[in-house]
Amino acid sequence: MNNDETIHMNLYSSKNSIIRLFNVTKRYGAKLALNNVSVDIQPGEFIFISGPSGAGKSTLLRVLYLAEKVSEGQILINGMNLARISASKLPLLRRRFGMVFQDFKLIPGRTVFENVALVLEVAGEKPSYIRKKVMHVLRTTGMDKKANALPPTLSGGEQQRVAVARAVVGDPDIILADEPTGSLDHASAMLVLDFLMAYHKKGATILVASHNLHLLESMVRGRNIVLEQGELVKTSTML
Amino acid sequence: MTRYITKALADIRSNRFLNLITIVTISLSILVVSLFLLFFENANRLIEGWNQGGRAMIYLEPAFSQEMLPDLKARIQGLGEVEEMRFIPKSRALEKLKDEMGSHTGFFDTLQHNPLPHALEIRMKTRGDYAQVAAFAKKITALEMVESVEYGQGWLAKFLQIFTLFRITGYAMCGLFLLIALFITANTVRLAFYSRRLEIEIMRLVGATEGFIKTPFYVEGLLQGFFGGILGLLILMAAFLTISSGISGNLGAYVYLDIRFLSIKAMGLIILASTFLGWFGCYLSLRQMLQ
Ligand SMILES: Nc1ncnc2c1ncn2[C@@H]1O[C@H](COP(=O)(O)OP(=O)(O)OP(=O)(O)O)[C@@H](O)[C@H]1O
Ligand SMILES: [Mg+2]
Repeated sequence: MNNDETIHMNLYSSKNSIIRLFNVTKRYGAKLALNNVSVDIQPGEFIFISGPSGAGKSTLLRVLYLAEKVSEGQILINGMNLARISASKLPLLRRRFGMVFQDFKLIPGRTVFENVALVLEVAGEKPSYIRKKVMHVLRTTGMDKKANALPPTLSGGEQQRVAVARAVVGDPDIILADEPTGSLDHASAMLVLDFLMAYHKKGATILVASHNLHLLESMVRGRNIVLEQGELVKTSTML
Repeated sequence: MTRYITKALADIRSNRFLNLITIVTISLSILVVSLFLLFFENANRLIEGWNQGGRAMIYLEPAFSQEMLPDLKARIQGLGEVEEMRFIPKSRALEKLKDEMGSHTGFFDTLQHNPLPHALEIRMKTRGDYAQVAAFAKKITALEMVESVEYGQGWLAKFLQIFTLFRITGYAMCGLFLLIALFITANTVRLAFYSRRLEIEIMRLVGATEGFIKTPFYVEGLLQGFFGGILGLLILMAAFLTISSGISGNLGAYVYLDIRFLSIKAMGLIILASTFLGWFGCYLSLRQMLQ
């Protein structure tokens, strides 16, 4: 392959990428949480981000939905440069993402139902649709019986399942899951993973950050990105 | 919108203590403001009725004779502002005076000639505004053949001085209390905002617009202002009814006091203002915090 062809290939792939990072660096003071990371993710990919604690996995997910700004580099989502997104367009960008936060981020004073429904409310859906859709998702995550419970009264695993339900309820094209199985036993973890796989089959692009290598082994197909001290040290495709 | 209101009512209920304090503060400020308004409305009505409704007497010089009347009338009409004009010849004035003094006084019979001047009684279009009336009276006095104009200036000027003093104090007090209410409302919003920090952060993360986040606070502010205004007026009305029934019971027999409660228009204005106050406090607070 000569040089011209390489450039052509890159252009071609960048056009199709749903997420593209160019030399992304994120600093917290002097600490480099991400160091010159470049990744290209195609629509419908299942990406597994692994690495030791403190490697920058959560940070990588956070910069994608602009919970934080990068210190250097560029991020394109569907060809849209995140650095150029106006404050008024930011909510629209975030509605394209379904997020499972490492610390769940459930509203303690609102019921499980209300927490999940929030995603659809902010998108302006009708109450009747919200009711149906939320109950459906809670059923598939096995949380429908706890719909009226407040998050602080739930176990860690239950809260995590609510967090997963909230991430998928808006049928987002991109799901970012930060340790979505961290508080679960192996069987529940597999269930959550299967659940995410189902959305993957429907066409969603999924990024899962976890240091749980058991999950890796059970993955059917996908790409593994390994971070270490903020640097991308390895990319491997699993078949 | 109904969803927002239901939610705001639920939030007010869940933050009962804080909201109660805010509503009570607003209502106290509204009470002070409407108390002054009550005073001004009544005082204004009193002034409007001064001198039997903008009436004034124009006394003419002794040299005046009745042939000059049409010309003088025309000149006074030319100044505008006159609604009604009636000539009172000095003979009529004397008869009237005799009537009033009683027929048993022989004093008038000893008079060689009528010492009273001819006069014109007029009613002006402007009534409440003392300064305007005074200016108009000055213009008439400047006319030929006019000796003086009498419109109750003595007691009215004194009353108006006191009234102006009251008015200034009133404005200052109202301003002060409204500022306090505004400050308290803004502070309540700030506290509510901080207590819901996590919730707001999460809302943002799942794609809520700033409008979606702010609206419940605005609805809450509007409702607080609205209820505060109503409560303030209710307190004033209760106090008014208690006191006025006491007054008319004791004093009613001696003096005629036409004291009325605030007009519907004034009450509407007060509630509108206090609702706006709730909104504005919210606006200031959110603008500062969301910068
Ligand atoms: N808000 C912050 N302020 C300062 N430093 C931070 C902040 N967030 C993350 N870091 C630092 O950046 C580095 C990467 O953090 P990150 O949370 O991305 O790691 P991680 O790979 O998700 O770890 P874990 O597996 O424990 O969740 C860590 O060293 C962390 O201390
Ligand atoms: Mg993490």
